[in-house]
Amino acid sequence: MSHGNMNLTLKVWRQKSDKVAGKLITYPVQDISPDMSFLEMFDVLNEQLITKGEEPIAFDHDCREGICGMCSMFINGQPHGPKKGVTTCQLHMRSFKNGDTIVVEPWRAAAFPVIKDLTVDRSAFDRIISKGGFISVNTGNAQDANNLPIPKPDADKAFEAAACIGCGACVATCKNSSAMLFVSAKISQFALLPQGRVEATARVKNMVAQMDEEGFGNCTNTGACEVECPKGISLENIARMNREFYVANMKE
Amino acid sequence: MSNTSGNFLKSSLGKKIQMGLTGLFLISFLVVHCLLNSFIFFNDGGATFNKGAFFMATNPLIRIIEIVLFVGLILHAVQALVLTMQNNKARPVKYAVNNGSANSKWYSRSMGILGSLLLMFLIIHLSHFWVDTKVAQLNGKINEHNTYLEILEVFHNPINVIIYLLGIISLCYHLMHGFQSSFQTLGWNHPKYTPAIKLIGFWFSIIVSVLFAAMPIAIFLGLIQ
Repeated sequence: MSHGNMNLTLKVWRQKSDKVAGKLITYPVQDISPDMSFLEMFDVLNEQLITKGEEPIAFDHDCREGICGMCSMFINGQPHGPKKGVTTCQLHMRSFKNGDTIVVEPWRAAAFPVIKDLTVDRSAFDRIISKGGFISVNTGNAQDANNLPIPKPDADKAFEAAACIGCGACVATCKNSSAMLFVSAKISQFALLPQGRVEATARVKNMVAQMDEEGFGNCTNTGACEVECPKGISLENIARMNREFYVANMKE
Repeated sequence: MSNTSGNFLKSSLGKKIQMGLTGLFLISFLVVHCLLNSFIFFNDGGATFNKGAFFMATNPLIRIIEIVLFVGLILHAVQALVLTMQNNKARPVKYAVNNGSANSKWYSRSMGILGSLLLMFLIIHLSHFWVDTKVAQLNGKINEHNTYLEILEVFHNPINVIIYLLGIISLCYHLMHGFQSSFQTLGWNHPKYTPAIKLIGFWFSIIVSVLFAAMPIAIFLGLIQ
């Protein structure tokens, strides 16, 4: 074992499909470099399982540079693990100590059914987006740069909301499995800009209706989502969504 | 884009807004209740206090607001129950390990339990004072009804003092989250004003609770007679 490498005990949720019940299985892993990402540590574990002829652990991942929102994993009771502002692929093993026991579970929400092991179906988010997470414009040439003057603070806030990668950590950590941070970010990125105002009324009503339809819980303002969000999406967005929602309903 | 015309009151956000509005309304009641009860600290044998109690029991406007208050309270509790049941359904399989304290305050995650404790306390509280006043009112004996003596009697019993203190502690934590939470729910979140709202909410919870708690304690210790 080279200097600084770690031996860990993993307790990983194994579940064949959403039709059968799952359980936590204990796996020891040895000689883990502190410079590995959490997902690379899982790669090592899966190599071991494959060598032994066992089924590897299914987990979501794609870009592995913290921008795609694909990796999930509820690590020791927190989405994306104990570090703030990172996804699981950007969580490194130096955040743990030699001899630690790490419990890894999938996102848990009725609206995110387990596909297998640590992978969950997040297509509920896609269906919410399809109800209004866009603007209806004709394509064509880009318009002149200063055609639509937008105040800098608004542009910044819209940009911050648009940083949401749709990973679902907000739902996973919320005690109510509420999707309001995600939905409010997707509403805010348009609500703050003139291009988005045109369809603002329909957007908030459609997206909130679909969110309710999918079976997400209700927000109780604990603020856990904001703390755990790898992109730092603010609770201010939820307040904006609430305003947008009752204003939209008053207009009718 | 199509336009969904959903039912506002039944939607998740509609129910939240009802929680926030009824919550703020109940807070406004607490202010009045706390101020009037503080007349007890005049320590004048209940003269000022009973004037306040008599006004509250007989003023026709207060009688109407009393009904609104009960409606608000019931709406707040019923919506909380509906929302909690939906929230439980939204996570059928619980986490084996959930480190809630890493990202939120325990009392913000315990509003349902704190609210249930408050409701139980409220039933005891109403049976102590409100029911007797109503009976006196119905029998046309409100002029002879002495709320002050009733309070002294209730708080000379140490068990009642403990029940009230537990009720007030639940109230304190319920308010600490609820006060600022209602503003967020109503969409009033602002980088400049939200920290101020949170600070006001914190001190409001503390001051109201300390004032309420001082009443049974002072009476039990014989400081108010």
